[in-house]
Amino acid sequence: MTSSTSVREKPLDPEEPGLPEEPAAHEDPFDKDDLPTPPGATPALLRSLLSPLRGRVVLAAVLLLLQQAAVQAGPLLVAYAIDSGVPAVRADDHGPLIAVAVGYLLCAASSGALQYAFIVASARVSQDVLLDLRGRIFRHAQALSVDFHERYTSGRLISRSTTDVESLRELLDEGLQELITVLLSFVYISAMLLWLDLGLGAVAVASFVPLYLLVRLYQRRAGALFRERSTAIAAVIVKFAETMNGIRPVRAFRRERANDARFAELNQRHERTNGDAMLEMARYVVGSRLVANIAVAGIVLWGAQRVADGGLALGVLAAAVLYLRRLYDPIDRLGMFLNSYQSAAASLEKIAGLLAQVPAVPEPDPSAARALPAPESEHPGREVRFDGVRFAYRTGGEVLPRFDLTLPAGQTVAVVGSTGAGKSTLAKLLARFYDPTEGRVLLDGVDLRELAGAELRRGVVMVTQEAFLFSGTVAENIAIGRPDATREDVERAAKAIGAHDFIASLPDGYDTDVRKRGGRISAGQRQLVAFARALLADPAVLILDEATSSLDIPGERAVQRAMHTVLRGRTAVVIAHRLSTVEIADRVLVMEHGRIVEDGSPGDLIAGDGSFASLHRAWRDSVVS
Amino acid sequence: MPNSDASAKDRSTIRTLLRLWPYVRPVRTRLGAAAVVAIIASCTGLVFPLVLKWMVDGPVADRDVAGVWFGALLLLLLGVAEALLFGLRRWLVARPLASVEASMRADLFRHLQRLPVAFHDRWASGQLLSRGTTDLMLLRMFLAFPMTFLLVNSVTIVVGVIILLGQDFTLGLVLLAPVVPMVIACAYYEGRYATAARRAQDQVGDLTTVVEESVLGIRIIKGFGRHRSQARAFRELSHTLRGTELAKARILAAIWAVIVTLPETAIGAALVLGTVRVADGGLSAGTLVAFLSTALALRWPVESIGFLLAMTQESATATERYFEVMDAEPEDGAVAAATAGGPADSGAEDGLRFHGVEFRYPDAPPGAPPVLDRIDLHIRPGETMALVGATGSGKTTLTALVPRLHEVTGGRITLDGEDIAAMDRDRLRTLVAVAFEEPTLFSASVGENVLMGAVDSAGDADLARALDVAQAGFAHALPQGTGTQVGEQGLSLSGGQRQRLALARAVVGRPRFLVLDDPLSALDVHTEALVEAALRRVLADTTALIVAHRPSTVQLADRVALLSGGRVTAVGTHQELLRDNAEYAWLMSGADMPHAAEEAAR
Repeated sequence: MTSSTSVREKPLDPEEPGLPEEPAAHEDPFDKDDLPTPPGATPALLRSLLSPLRGRVVLAAVLLLLQQAAVQAGPLLVAYAIDSGVPAVRADDHGPLIAVAVGYLLCAASSGALQYAFIVASARVSQDVLLDLRGRIFRHAQALSVDFHERYTSGRLISRSTTDVESLRELLDEGLQELITVLLSFVYISAMLLWLDLGLGAVAVASFVPLYLLVRLYQRRAGALFRERSTAIAAVIVKFAETMNGIRPVRAFRRERANDARFAELNQRHERTNGDAMLEMARYVVGSRLVANIAVAGIVLWGAQRVADGGLALGVLAAAVLYLRRLYDPIDRLGMFLNSYQSAAASLEKIAGLLAQVPAVPEPDPSAARALPAPESEHPGREVRFDGVRFAYRTGGEVLPRFDLTLPAGQTVAVVGSTGAGKSTLAKLLARFYDPTEGRVLLDGVDLRELAGAELRRGVVMVTQEAFLFSGTVAENIAIGRPDATREDVERAAKAIGAHDFIASLPDGYDTDVRKRGGRISAGQRQLVAFARALLADPAVLILDEATSSLDIPGERAVQRAMHTVLRGRTAVVIAHRLSTVEIADRVLVMEHGRIVEDGSPGDLIAGDGSFASLHRAWRDSVVS
Repeated sequence: MPNSDASAKDRSTIRTLLRLWPYVRPVRTRLGAAAVVAIIASCTGLVFPLVLKWMVDGPVADRDVAGVWFGALLLLLLGVAEALLFGLRRWLVARPLASVEASMRADLFRHLQRLPVAFHDRWASGQLLSRGTTDLMLLRMFLAFPMTFLLVNSVTIVVGVIILLGQDFTLGLVLLAPVVPMVIACAYYEGRYATAARRAQDQVGDLTTVVEESVLGIRIIKGFGRHRSQARAFRELSHTLRGTELAKARILAAIWAVIVTLPETAIGAALVLGTVRVADGGLSAGTLVAFLSTALALRWPVESIGFLLAMTQESATATERYFEVMDAEPEDGAVAAATAGGPADSGAEDGLRFHGVEFRYPDAPPGAPPVLDRIDLHIRPGETMALVGATGSGKTTLTALVPRLHEVTGGRITLDGEDIAAMDRDRLRTLVAVAFEEPTLFSASVGENVLMGAVDSAGDADLARALDVAQAGFAHALPQGTGTQVGEQGLSLSGGQRQRLALARAVVGRPRFLVLDDPLSALDVHTEALVEAALRRVLADTTALIVAHRPSTVQLADRVALLSGGRVTAVGTHQELLRDNAEYAWLMSGADMPHAAEEAAR
């Protein structure tokens, strides 16, 4: 895997003095994979998924109704053939027989055709719902903040969009048909029974009460089990994904056996809840079958006695008993429906919980969104202003105390300071990965919160030390910076940053698939790709957060040479502990404990006796000896 | 990635499914018993109408109250028995099937952990995940229903057909007429269904990959405001999947249509023929009614065969996907060599030696030059060697060869004279500790993450020492100290913090051999200096290979090897190489950096 989960920034720096306490483990819904789902959100989600397809759901139901009618016509034709066809043939009248033949053929053909139409129609409904739901999960997950993703983990998100969606699919694929068939026969047969004999019919209807109670009981107990199962499989997936993504260290530190043990634990938890759920289903089947069969026996007993007393016609009893068997036939199907419903409900609840997460960094309303003013000069740079900005985590720990800062258009600013001084937070506020707790971040006077996504990214782009490559070719990975870029643009960006040579030497050059043969790309090379991506994006403000950490010195030099040209006229914020960056900076900010403690031109600061001067001396000593 | 090319290669569904046998074997008694119970339960259901018929014809007609009570009691008993049998079947399979699924998943996980790193380079984890989740769930469902009911329903159909033929041979033959066209049609559609099912399952895997990447790369997507194009890619894939699923549904619908229409037509023909014969007096009306009710009763078993076969096809595909991964050769291919060689305790301290080592990736195109070629290098016992080379020169690959994450394709590597290819991997990896360029922490506490690098008996003192060496004292100040959870599911730490923990993990076990891949890249200058000072003490008596980008790191080493174009082109001290080797001087100073060049020339 070229990917790595490992390189990530942190919203919470434990080195920070006055560190905000993480909520204790048992209080954090993220730990238990149990985000709060607002009441009513699950049914509302299902409704909103199905309501645009109302017409097609009705169509599918009607097709099924017609199909059932065609199927049920068979016995009637048999009766007609025996009662009318036989005497007619004996009388040399073949009319009724031909009618039966034609009728049966029609029924056979139409029930086949209707079956076909129903399956296709219901598959469309179910696939459209799934498409909609998958898209919603994906888009919502993308809209949620970086902070959220750091806590939710990719494994859970995968679990939401695969196994949880899959259980809804089962409900839609099989459940719809089950439910319609079950309801149809309950209504139809109850009506027939009541019509045949009010008393017998009433007993049959009365048996629905214990059945209903059983259904409720099952729903409650299975609901809890299915929720547990959904959490259990998510935990399995998280462990699985983490292990496969970190396979190198797993190997090198002989974690295989320890992982096997841990995985077995999680897997067994899933196995247990899985078995529990199936046993609960077994209990329901026994219970409901018992109620049904006892009701049949009771009705037969009562009816037979009434016949014996002369209070009931024999034919009525016979018919009633035949219908009774069929009344309870769909009980198993009801069970299967409930099963898939419960499983889907548990999954939908988890999905609804995810969808209910409000993006912490929302895009503005399209109506409220503002555009950046037209650039005043031919230079692309824009002015950045932090206006009374303060930043603290939800949990209350202050990372950046209130400060004001203005970066004039076109200025290249280096931000230095030790780990945890708040450099990355400053960068993330500017890139709008976070919003400030107080105050505003302004780009040419416009609050970042008022900029639509596309406009914001034309304004500000951030390159982090994390150099993740997506599946696809090298060229595609660079073109993430500007999707409409031509191959020439891509190559120009790669050349400018010094990445062209290594890309050209790959088996298929720019078209090398980063996950296929020969596509192995080292960490330093990935950083070069990330740089090319940023160059291509051509933003007004460029933020580089430790973006050269894996490059060798010539590589870093090449990047800096390129930056000299690239950054000219652009506003840039460069965070690096390799102070060579300072060479290209117009201005240096030194941060300590969330505060800017020194601010000036590199020359002035080096000449002074502040902390930067000593940092720079230490760095000089480290570079050359 | 081996996907999307749904193999139309010749394969037998049954042969594929038979591969499940080792997993089913432990639970075969229960599964068999469940099938028997299912057959008995179906038969019990068939007895109901007989009892009813007897009651209506006998006691009810005769106004025999005792007989009525007896009949009702019989019905009750049958009813209770049927209910219990249904429950029994489910009870019998519930735990065993959950355990089959779990053990297959555990095996997959165990196997994947031991597959060569090169395998993982090629496979997106989403594809692996979808095999471990949706495919295995499908297989559990298959074992629970289709497998049993294919048997139960087939038995029912055979019995039913025998009864039909017994009632009237000619009419029975009429009913059997559509069997041949049905089998042909089903075979045709099932084949197409299998292909479509495979394509759909692979597309689910691709979709999983996009979801995973979109989370792992979230900062890039957000940083460039690319969530729309990412969403578009996702939408395209999910639309493709929808198309495949609909194609699948159409094939399934066609199977259903055939399976519904043909038998119905046959029943209609039998009805017409029967009516004529009843009129001729060749057949009694009662026999015709009995014949047709039996035929109608067989409708469900026949119809169900269609979707049962479809589910079977999907399960076969899932099995195929599962074993595709399970069949990949695990890393311990060289186990035989390990046992043959044994821990040859030569006792001679020889350090780490590369003898004419050559390496090319197993999937490299034929004819491509090797990544590493004729590497000869000797790191003496206790010596620290820095490995320097331009970006992409193969440094990381070389370090991966020592703990055998990749196997050399030529030459050999020896530790104290012992060929690592003949060593037990576990022992090798105990001797050699590694810190990677990308410091991955696992979902565990800080302490556990660090102590992974040590033997089990290592304790708090070792942990404290290792944290001290790596300047990772911050760990003590975490909310729960070294017990704080980190990794995927815990507190996220900064790059520098993770790098220090990874370093602590590498040194905690006081390994004989240490391999560090650019271990200090994410540290700030002050911390780097402190780590170096502490590391120097550790390195004094450790044989170490350190990939270095910067002079400060090179300072830790006694000697330096320069890797260039897959070859070691120079070995010497930092000063020697700086003086004599132009490429090295360029790598270490950056030629265009005036004051550095001056100082370098000093």
